[in-house]
Amino acid sequence: MTDQATAFTKVYTKIEQISKATCALRARGVMNEEMALVAGRPAQVVKIQGDLVTLQVFSGTQGIGTDVDVLFLGEPPTLRVGADLSGRFFNAYGKPIDGGPDLEGEKIQIGGPSVNPVRRKQPSELISTGIAGIDLNNSLVTGQKIPFFADSDQPFNQVMATVALRAGADRIILGGMGLSNDDYLYYRRVFEDAGALERITCFINTTDDPPVERLLIPDMSLAAAEYFAVERTENVLVLLTDMTLYCDALSIVSNRMDQIPSKDSMPGSLYSDLAKIYEKAVQFEKGSITIIAVTTLSGGDITHAIPDNTGYITEGQLFLRRNTDISKVIIDPFRSLSRLKQLVIGKRTREDHAQVMNAGVRLYADAANARTKQENGFDLTDYDERTLKFARDYARELLAIDINIGVDRMLDTSWKLFARHFKKEELGVRQQYVEKYWPNET
Amino acid sequence: MATKGRVVGVVSNLVTIEVEGPVSQNEICYALLDGVRLKGEVIKVNGRHVFAQLFESTRGMQMDTPVEFSGHLLEVTFGPGMLSRRYDGLQNDLEAMSGVFLQRGEETEPISFAQKWQFQPLVSAGERVQAGDWLGEVLENWLKHKIMVPFDLAGFWQVETVVGAGEYAAQDTIATLKNQQGETVAVNMIQRWPVKVPLRAYAHKPIASKLLETGVRLIDTLNPIVEGGTGFIPGPFGCGKTVLQHIIAANAQVDIVIICACGERANEVVEIFTEYPELDDPYTGRKLMERTIIICNTSNMPVASREASVYTAMTIAEYYRQMGLKILLLADSTSRWAQALREMSNRLEELPGPDAFPMDLPAIIANFYSRAGFVELNNGKTGSITFIGTVSPAGGNLKEPVTESTKKVARCFYALSQKRADSKRYPAIDTIESYSKYMEYKEVQQYLQDHLEPRWVEKVNYIRDVLLRGKEAYDQINILGDDSVPVEYHLRYWKSELVDFGFLQQDAFDAVDKVTSLERQRYVFDIISRICTAEFQFETFADVSPYFKRLINQIKQMNFTVFKSEQFKKYEDELQSMLMERKQS
Repeated sequence: MTDQATAFTKVYTKIEQISKATCALRARGVMNEEMALVAGRPAQVVKIQGDLVTLQVFSGTQGIGTDVDVLFLGEPPTLRVGADLSGRFFNAYGKPIDGGPDLEGEKIQIGGPSVNPVRRKQPSELISTGIAGIDLNNSLVTGQKIPFFADSDQPFNQVMATVALRAGADRIILGGMGLSNDDYLYYRRVFEDAGALERITCFINTTDDPPVERLLIPDMSLAAAEYFAVERTENVLVLLTDMTLYCDALSIVSNRMDQIPSKDSMPGSLYSDLAKIYEKAVQFEKGSITIIAVTTLSGGDITHAIPDNTGYITEGQLFLRRNTDISKVIIDPFRSLSRLKQLVIGKRTREDHAQVMNAGVRLYADAANARTKQENGFDLTDYDERTLKFARDYARELLAIDINIGVDRMLDTSWKLFARHFKKEELGVRQQYVEKYWPNET
Repeated sequence: MATKGRVVGVVSNLVTIEVEGPVSQNEICYALLDGVRLKGEVIKVNGRHVFAQLFESTRGMQMDTPVEFSGHLLEVTFGPGMLSRRYDGLQNDLEAMSGVFLQRGEETEPISFAQKWQFQPLVSAGERVQAGDWLGEVLENWLKHKIMVPFDLAGFWQVETVVGAGEYAAQDTIATLKNQQGETVAVNMIQRWPVKVPLRAYAHKPIASKLLETGVRLIDTLNPIVEGGTGFIPGPFGCGKTVLQHIIAANAQVDIVIICACGERANEVVEIFTEYPELDDPYTGRKLMERTIIICNTSNMPVASREASVYTAMTIAEYYRQMGLKILLLADSTSRWAQALREMSNRLEELPGPDAFPMDLPAIIANFYSRAGFVELNNGKTGSITFIGTVSPAGGNLKEPVTESTKKVARCFYALSQKRADSKRYPAIDTIESYSKYMEYKEVQQYLQDHLEPRWVEKVNYIRDVLLRGKEAYDQINILGDDSVPVEYHLRYWKSELVDFGFLQQDAFDAVDKVTSLERQRYVFDIISRICTAEFQFETFADVSPYFKRLINQIKQMNFTVFKSEQFKKYEDELQSMLMERKQS
């Protein structure tokens, strides 16, 4: 940032207004969204009213005096992109936090323009994660955008790291917002242990950093992603965690800008703000950007404005839930959904995939009904008993997040469980598949 | 001379401009920044200060950035060659844009002005004409695209000259008109029209009564929409709003489909781009893309042009309606449009209404829906715009301002139910909450009885009762337990399940089942109605469900089979004998 400050830049020293997050001063020739330094702290122009310029100071205005130096940097937030992004950790401004050298690549503005929709290609490549709750029931596709919906006590960071390492992406970009220091170090260690550091770039805002700085993280991450996807035609996977904390920062800013809040104290522009980020997911002729995010929920409530708006934007959602039968976290087959799965199921995977998936989920739903019946004190039929046994095996051998097997194996396992608990005609699967895949030994 | 001004304030995409000279509300202006022209619309005037919403990002804008006013409102350009195109919300041709990314300030021509068309005159010199009358036609792809008297001409005009049949460019003069005051105008194939002004160059708007076939049984039979009708589809995310709209877009019996992707996912439009050039129009055998125009302003494109996009789409629809065509306009989602209004109203610091939406939201929505409709043109021909919008209610709660405002004006209500979607009953249109007001109109009832069968309306209402009784019975069974209610309750419940599984549910991905002709709907509905009115003999409740599951399976097999084929008849015969097992004479 300091490389901008030249001897010719005019320094302003008279601040007229200071609020919790903003300050205002008289200045001319200032551009909207331009970056500035207020007493050395990064700030951005958010409002111009005549010659009165309002600056949002990312780290807050505590201790800012009316006579401090204000320096305008002549450009919006930028990132230097190039091969030297590989294996590095940066803060929200794109400055190294790993002790490495400054970036030297070409400088680009972050939060750039959208892809022309007619230049997009239809996503069609399966991403395998080894987790059956994803690959079998909610297959992911390159160019997709999908969040994990999880309560904050669930191990979403672990699942994300696992998914990232197994996804076979050319490049992984982690945008960490409000990460605890432990989680940051966790990611760092996992990537190092996996020997994957060379294909990883991280932009990290921890709980130690000012919350408003988080607002830059998604744009920084996606600017780097666009560089790798467009310039180097790589398949890029972007991880954003935790988007709920990003939204909280948005509401802090809009509140301090005196905007009228809409639902759940969120700004009225929440949908557009989130869409601008998630819609960066794209499939090009060559190269792609896939976004996997985390949206933490409060007590599983998806009607809150954050998960609600997210659900309208993303292509499905993956629900983490604790399963008491097996004492493990599973991917909930009912509330999870991948909208793009039909682009690969049965096309990039085995012919019986769609039917096996539906049969498995349906039987699992029958088990849920049987459980309700049981809880209400009604008698269970033999079929009900069998569905309950099936549900336990299905959760343990397929839905649990610690599973790591290929898609064919997931399908074979499903058939094995069907054969263990049901008769062929109870499946409702097309006859030709039953004949072909039903295991001989039971 | 055009008014000029300079920027004196910027907050997000709201720009304050100090002007020298007159400006109009909603006038289009251009801010000149770094060699590009950023389009904006005046939304408020206060003395010499004008507030404009920019259709682009204002990044880098400074105090004193020069602004030029255009002297006109936001307009669309009409002319042959719009079919099959993909526009952004301001009618820029997306295909003609230069790069992979949308560059700020880039504008492209909506049609080719130099392209030549084979013109055929429809009037001769000396004839008296008025705005919207047909002067001639050119063949646009398959469509006889009418070249019309400019819509902004008042009163009657006389055709002075009209060119003979032959090839002309869109910008060539094809006729000259003269009025009583002696003014003359030269007419070519191109017209412009402000998007927020309804195009009303027709004789009158009679009651719409013709059923519009969508091929979706839950709509056509139970909650029919008419040509020129309005409907809306509210539903939480993941209930199949977009899939349902795509099915209607692909299968509705209309001449032209205009799809406005308003603030939704780009990949959904990419799906249309990828599939429509391949899929067949079920009525003409041409490709679907040939009858489709897409207005595409996805959620990451500028918010202000999202608001404009629905108007752009409606105005283009009105233009084709003037040619005596049946248009279907779909907007997904109107909630995003309302949110765009909310963002701007918020920046203007207007006093907010419910959920921070602008106070006049209901009026804006009502005005927009009223632009749809069935019209009779001056030459006695008819045209229609059927409009179906989706609504994305926050948290799936239908008691929110956009849903409530829309409910007041749209005549068909297709509520998508989370419960139905969860149990994979598609289309997830709620069978009890949904309605079509058109069923109450005498004209529509008459039409249905003339074209389907004499007691159609009565029959449909009976089936609605079957569904409601089934739901009540199901609740009772759940409270009291299977064996504590009369067997009759189980029968009621299973009859309603038969209507649902056998008729209302439809597999959007099955080649046969995805679209059902009206004739076929009538035929199968008759079978279903007969079963629902029949008396059955059961000893215990446990016998009811296995029997009805067999019936349902049999009807589903029929639904998956080509209508009136050998196999279809075979399934039907088997169904009849199954019915004989339990039916009481």
